[in-house]
Amino acid sequence: MSTGVSWGLWPRYEQRIIPVTNRFDPLPQAAPMLVFGNGRSYGDVCLNAGGTLLATRSLDRFISFDATSGVLECEAGVLLSEIIALTLPRGWFLPVPPGTALVTVGGAIANDVHGKNHHRAGSFGHHLLSFELRRSSGETLRCAPDQHADWFGATIGGLGLTGMISTARLQLRRVPGEWIAGDSQRFHNLPEFFALAAQSDVAYEYTVGWLDSAASGDKLGRGVFMRGNHLQHDAPPARERSLRFPLTPPISPVTRLSVRLFNELYFRRPASQHPHAIWHYQRFLFPLDRLLDWNRLYGPRGFFQYQCVLPGAEAASALPEMLRRIARSRQGSLLVVLKQFGNLPSLGLLSFPRPGVTLALDFPNRGEPTLQLLESLDAITRSVGGAVYPAKDARMSAQSFQQYFPAWKRLQDYIDPKFSSSFWRRVTRSW
Amino acid sequence: MQRILIVGATSAIAEATARLFASRGDALFLAGRSPSRLEAIADDLKVRGANLAATYVFDARAFDRFPALLQAASACLGGLDAALIAHGMLSDQIACQRSVEQLREQFDINALSVMALCTDLANQLVSQGHGVIAVISSVAGDRGRRSNYVYGSAKAAVTAFTSGLRQRLYPQGVRVVTIKPGFVGTPMTAAFKKSALWATPASVAADIVRAMDGGKAVIYTPWFWRPLMWIVRSVPEAMFRRLRL
Ligand SMILES: Cc1cc2nc3c(=O)[nH]c(=O)nc-3n(C[C@H](O)[C@H](O)[C@H](O)COP(=O)(O)OP(=O)(O)OC[C@H]3O[C@@H](n4cnc5c(N)ncnc54)[C@H](O)[C@@H]3O)c2cc1C
Ligand SMILES: NC(=O)c1ccc[n+]([C@@H]2O[C@H](COP(=O)([O-])OP(=O)(O)OC[C@H]3O[C@@H](n4cnc5c(N)ncnc54)[C@H](OP(=O)(O)O)[C@@H]3O)[C@@H](O)[C@H]2O)c1
Repeated sequence: MSTGVSWGLWPRYEQRIIPVTNRFDPLPQAAPMLVFGNGRSYGDVCLNAGGTLLATRSLDRFISFDATSGVLECEAGVLLSEIIALTLPRGWFLPVPPGTALVTVGGAIANDVHGKNHHRAGSFGHHLLSFELRRSSGETLRCAPDQHADWFGATIGGLGLTGMISTARLQLRRVPGEWIAGDSQRFHNLPEFFALAAQSDVAYEYTVGWLDSAASGDKLGRGVFMRGNHLQHDAPPARERSLRFPLTPPISPVTRLSVRLFNELYFRRPASQHPHAIWHYQRFLFPLDRLLDWNRLYGPRGFFQYQCVLPGAEAASALPEMLRRIARSRQGSLLVVLKQFGNLPSLGLLSFPRPGVTLALDFPNRGEPTLQLLESLDAITRSVGGAVYPAKDARMSAQSFQQYFPAWKRLQDYIDPKFSSSFWRRVTRSW
Repeated sequence: MQRILIVGATSAIAEATARLFASRGDALFLAGRSPSRLEAIADDLKVRGANLAATYVFDARAFDRFPALLQAASACLGGLDAALIAHGMLSDQIACQRSVEQLREQFDINALSVMALCTDLANQLVSQGHGVIAVISSVAGDRGRRSNYVYGSAKAAVTAFTSGLRQRLYPQGVRVVTIKPGFVGTPMTAAFKKSALWATPASVAADIVRAMDGGKAVIYTPWFWRPLMWIVRSVPEAMFRRLRL
């Protein structure tokens, strides 16, 4: 994808792009500016209409790696996939793998990303030993849990607003190899999902549910539950190949019919019920990374992702309500992910993960009807005290954001005066 | 394990090439202008598997210091198997048209310093009877164009020089490799608008390593620049002089 465009391909803005190639250079003096990592956020947290983007992908140097302790220090533009490539052969893995490994360390911090092991490991911030924050004033702050702790907390999940993270130190986790063993099984309704999650979270590192968003009536809430643990498995190292989606079709093939068909087939395929599955970690953790640029599938108008978290007690009633609304709107989505978050409090002032169940779906951009549907989902999320994930958002209202993230005003004390983003200007408007 | 000197080691193309050397465990001696950036690159290369990554501060305009640089490299690596000369600067064509001083400085950096280094290196490698000298020239040296003929002619000098040197050193067992990249997305070209013709430093680096390992003596990278430049060279002068390239 090109620098300056986010993963949902919408919205698109004119921005000046300045590549940062040397971590010792002072920041350019170009307000308002914002760091652009690898553009894997779906909406506008990584965009800055009319302003400047500091492109950090070239800050991709490792600084040190201790194969005894698993401590890695690197520049903030290093991709998580590059970390795995370096450390997995020596027995170390990412402590928190999000759904794509093609994100930078800086982006993983700024959105405090989570993965299929949130119930065990928390989010990315929990494994950060320290990082360096460059400010437009020329200052460099070294932040750690016990050093500039307030800046540490403001920058984790800080949406890139507190300055440029130049380097970070991470604690990796030991694994026996590149394989994951577990099982997959169908669930036929949401209570079955919740039961499986509760029972699996104790014994499995990774748990996740895929949901059939086109299902309605007594099929509502059906899906496939997958869980797994890292495994000692003597197979030759696998070479995972990837394909690139070559062009943006003028009309998206993602239609009501194809969505319904895909979901039906996915649910019914034999692999959905597999008591002894062994997956390569790529397939299990980053299935979408094998099809590069898959976001083009949605056509030139792009798409939205909606990811919310609904607190435990309310989820049981709010979730079916949401699914009914989506099924009724017939704007179903190809990939719907359901995951039970754990209870470990996030470290960031504005971190998204919190106890509850998180639901993520994507919708082709059909203009006003899609926006209306998403707003109606927000009404449900608001009514139960949930939240929507900024990393995935391009449209939530200022009112919703301010309710979801009541600490937003406290972040303002830490925002670099020369930094801003399209997202931030949108969600801090007065209403 | 190869013992490799990289001159202009902070160049994006050189750094990408060094990563490939590092991942196979080579020992590297990195010469460049900025001490802090050299350190950062050396740390990275060590993490990526380099047997050794030492740094040395040098400026391409200080010709008298080149023998000391080569000595330091050999002493540190315990000998020398290959050298990659990568430093260079995209000349400000307009400034060079106005000032002979500027013109000379560009030739010092892009042509003379490279030829001086090659001369010193050649003499050292000949005495040991093996080795590789790889030099980054450019497709711009294949034909002068109005928009950058100062840079182009300096690269042309490097291309011709390495061609002659290759003949001279062939019987002595020393290989000389001339590398001609097309458009590569690096800090040098940050201001240019990119098109489908642009390559990444990583892909160019892979071609460089292949050539240094025993591939072609003159490479165009990516490969399609070879036929493209053949066409550019074939345009008759009567027509070429009218073009605004
Ligand atoms: C297929 C797919 C699956 C995903 N799955 C998950 C998932 O399971 N869990 C999850 O949490 N997220 C997930 N995401 C979202 C993704 O992990 C986040 O959006 C992540 O932040 C993207 O990182 P990036 O490097 O692309 O940063 P960008 O998207 O470019 O930027 C994200 C934010 O980080 C800031 N930033 C980036 N680098 C720096 C820096 N050096 N200093 C300061 N600020 C910086 C930017 O300013 C911006 O605010 C997924 C995304 C995709 C495309
Ligand atoms: N990029 C292209 O499209 C392209 C195409 C054809 C050929 N080339 C050639 O490829 C080589 C590498 O360039 P690049 O594209 O990787 O660009 P780059 O990253 O800008 O590298 C240029 C390098 O030259 C160094 N340098 C410049 N003047 C110097 C001096 N006086 N003394 C010492 N070092 C000096 C720079 O050092 P600092 O880092 O200290 O500035 C930098 O390391 C160059 O020879 C270039 O001419 C590039």
